[in-house]
Amino acid sequence: MIKFNNVTKIYSQSTVVLQDISFEIKEGEFVSVVGKSGVGKTTLTRLILGLEAPTSGEIYFKGENLNTADPAKIQEIRRKIGCIYQDYKLLPKKTVYENVAYIMQVEGKENEEIDREVPKVLEIIGLGGKINNFPDQLSGGEKQRLAIARALVNNPEIIIADEPTGNLDPYNTYEVISLLQKINKAGKTIILATHDREIINKLGKRVVTLENGKIIRDEQAGKFII
Amino acid sequence: MKNNTKRIIGFAINDFNRNKGISIATIFVLTITIMLVTGLFFFQGIAGYLTAQIQNKIDITAYFVDGTQEQDILNVKDEIIKMSPNIKNVEYVSKDQALATFSAKHKDDAVLGQALQEVGNNPFLPSLNITTNSDPAQYAQVANILQTSDFSKLIDKVDYSQKKDTIEEIYSITSNITIFGIILGIILILVAILVVFNTIKLAIENSKEEINTMKTVGASNQFIRGPFIIQGVIYGIISFVICFLLSGIFALILSSKVEVILPGFSLFGFFLTNWWIFVLIQLGFGIGVGVISALIVVKKHLEI
Repeated sequence: MIKFNNVTKIYSQSTVVLQDISFEIKEGEFVSVVGKSGVGKTTLTRLILGLEAPTSGEIYFKGENLNTADPAKIQEIRRKIGCIYQDYKLLPKKTVYENVAYIMQVEGKENEEIDREVPKVLEIIGLGGKINNFPDQLSGGEKQRLAIARALVNNPEIIIADEPTGNLDPYNTYEVISLLQKINKAGKTIILATHDREIINKLGKRVVTLENGKIIRDEQAGKFII
Repeated sequence: MKNNTKRIIGFAINDFNRNKGISIATIFVLTITIMLVTGLFFFQGIAGYLTAQIQNKIDITAYFVDGTQEQDILNVKDEIIKMSPNIKNVEYVSKDQALATFSAKHKDDAVLGQALQEVGNNPFLPSLNITTNSDPAQYAQVANILQTSDFSKLIDKVDYSQKKDTIEEIYSITSNITIFGIILGIILILVAILVVFNTIKLAIENSKEEINTMKTVGASNQFIRGPFIIQGVIYGIISFVICFLLSGIFALILSSKVEVILPGFSLFGFFLTNWWIFVLIQLGFGIGVGVISALIVVKKHLEI
């Protein structure tokens, strides 16, 4: 589904973030990308989204080379990916309802469908009573649940979660990880970037370990070993 | 497409309402800028009127030999008009008219009245007062025609050489006023555009993270850019309405005061006569600067 072929990302002469990375993620996999802060986990997720271009090498999404894809194709690929971030990346000037609806509007969905689906998703995620609140009126856990609702509403093929539990307490952390596991069981591909040892060791899924810009380990049912 | 356009307009109106502080600040700066441009247009109107008034007062006079027949002078008048296309007006002043004008002008001056009586007869010469279309070189050309043509033997003297320096100086001053106005206008408009651009830039910089999030979720550039452009249009329209009303009110209030300094010039009349130019300048400038600034700043963020 996603393939990295000898990918290198250099920001400046002295900042080589990723060096000759090659790996593949298959459909339905749950892959954790681990490593210390600044090792290049976020850069890796941004490369998948086409938000950055590799310095060398190729990245393929379902056979499409992101280096040569036109902007419209990249935007279409992004709409197939749901993203969850540590800092939530919500739209601050839009309400809870509008944040989720925006994703469907970007897809060009009809208003009737949006009016039907958004309240349903928000109800499931436990934010049914806060549809008119703005993000700054929500707790950290609620913000992350909203980010998850937004990531799921368009039924994406992949979920990229970049340090999704970084700002959460243990209870909310457990909730988010359980939710990701459920989504994966429903057949979605999950890419989880984290440096949380406990989460990785409990998951028992594939772990790709980055160090000094290189993959030093890629194990099925891996552990957090740095 | 129709749905998308409606959504983009909806986003713009929502953002405008939810960022009242930034919206008011942007409209305020844009309004000041448009008022500055409007002020320059008023200045151009006043300067134009003033220049025309001064230039209308400039003429050269050809005095005819005493005893020249009126018909001969009128023939010369026709000849002059035919010979030079730059002549604006030629006015014949007979001996009697000249005396009457002089007497009326100095009716309170007893010494001059007595002097006229002592002379005994009418000492004035019949003359032609000639005005040309705004160029001092044309006065020299007309003076030359008067002094070298067949009818020059009928002419006693032409007062061009006495007025030459004054004419050239007045034209130099009025032309300098025009150039100064244009240069000052360009500088002020550039400064104003920079101020508005920076205000809108700050407003959009605020939305930098938001734009990045929109990109991440796969929004098209048009879907991201659209609301900012529509907001630029809204800023422009609101600023235009404020400026148009303010211009009319100021013109009405200041009209009588300006008329004291410039008799015959009505500031409000100028506004009413040129209302459509005011609409074009204010609306065009407001929407133009609002939209172009939004386009430039959002483009920058979309490229990152």
